[in-house]
Amino acid sequence: MTGDLLIMTVFGSIGIAIFGLFFGLVYKGIDRKIVAHMQKRVGPPIRQPFLDVIKLMNKETVLPENAVGWMYSMAPLVCLASSIILLLYIPMGGLDQVFENGALLGGHGDIILVLYLLIIPSLAMVAGGFASGSPFATVGAQREMVTMMSYEFPLAVVIIAIVWKLSTAGGDVFSLSLIAGNPIWNSVGLLGLIGAFILLLALVIVTPGEVAKIPFDVAEAETEIAHGLLAEYSGRNLALFYLADGVKTFAMASLVIVLFFPYNISPVLEQYVALGDFTILVDFLFFLLKVFLVLLFSVTLVRAGMARLRITQVVSVYWITVTLIALFGLVLLMWDNQFDVGWF
Amino acid sequence: MISKAFKRALWVFHVNSGSCNGCDIEVIAALTPRYDAERFGIKLVGNPRHADVIAFTGAVTSDMAEKVKRIYEQTPDPKVILVVGACGIGGGVFHESYHLEGPIERLIPDATCVYVPGCPPRPEAIIYGVVKAWQFLEGVEKK
Repeated sequence: MTGDLLIMTVFGSIGIAIFGLFFGLVYKGIDRKIVAHMQKRVGPPIRQPFLDVIKLMNKETVLPENAVGWMYSMAPLVCLASSIILLLYIPMGGLDQVFENGALLGGHGDIILVLYLLIIPSLAMVAGGFASGSPFATVGAQREMVTMMSYEFPLAVVIIAIVWKLSTAGGDVFSLSLIAGNPIWNSVGLLGLIGAFILLLALVIVTPGEVAKIPFDVAEAETEIAHGLLAEYSGRNLALFYLADGVKTFAMASLVIVLFFPYNISPVLEQYVALGDFTILVDFLFFLLKVFLVLLFSVTLVRAGMARLRITQVVSVYWITVTLIALFGLVLLMWDNQFDVGWF
Repeated sequence: MISKAFKRALWVFHVNSGSCNGCDIEVIAALTPRYDAERFGIKLVGNPRHADVIAFTGAVTSDMAEKVKRIYEQTPDPKVILVVGACGIGGGVFHESYHLEGPIERLIPDATCVYVPGCPPRPEAIIYGVVKAWQFLEGVEKK
């Protein structure tokens, strides 16, 4: 029994790693294509990120003279590995019927673990930035730390609010499969509905910060600080960071889906056609569509429509505006439990 | 697949080594919706460490000479220099100036240079120059 679990974990992890890398790059390509179209350009083909990675793999990998060698070379690996580990815990539509607790390691970790795992890729980048011994990378690393501290609080508020709402029902409320099984929209009144919308808004604003995209990409600002954290990275190491960025974006979108849109389409379709063995496939395709929509609204459209904020503005946006929005949503959810406003 | 790795994914770092800004505007024009170099995977990066092609605009002034050499050394192999504009080739209208360190090929003798003549060259010419650069990089891969 233990042997089976071990084999499944090992091969499942490899499978999910390949799957995450592939879709991370695909969504990166789609993102670039849509931004290009919004700017009235033709834009690169959707397979462009794959070509970029292959090219980077063929380039020389420079180790700067005054870098801390082992830390500098470890950081991209840790960054990519922890981004892939995230995918092992987050339930994904379709796949949640394959695995026992929603995800490959679903029964072994909860949302608090995912919250901590989300920090590790950024921490690895900070370590790599400081280790590369370049002033640009050091400034980038400091900025990344400040950004991290800024968006963690509103993100925690959103997650606590959803978990607290579930806790009134009881059970192991931190478990991701329980959160995915009880969508927040199903158990709220009017006030709670407004509160949940506000929390969703806060999470949508946190997402571009979490995955370091415009307007919150201060740590990797190419025009100001020469790519910041990544300033000294080249070749294979840069390719690993490139892949990690794609995987982390995919994982973050999956987390948004687990928290707010964990619905599957198969129960709706079952009323019209018998899906049989195709249930998993249909749900999985629907999940990919949801990831696309989340990334479209929280990353792509924002990226095309906005300029980069200054680091001070990033801090004030997250600490003051988004935190207040998220706390207001939390309060509305609490009022929803206390007062029964009803539906008009 | 690997021999064609550079074909559709060239990253260009743009350095102004003493240009009058005319060529810089044309380099930017190559990225605008009208020409859209990104559809060929050509991307402007902000750092020589990420670049495959270094685009130098302008004649090299004595202030920039050392920096030009350093930027070339900082770029990981394989790499190509793209000299944009007449100034980088022979000094252009500044050819008699006292403060010029001469063309880039004299500063970095072992570099592979692709020249785009013109004052300033048209964006199509710059894109064509980048195409020549990737043909060279593919040749490096085959060896």
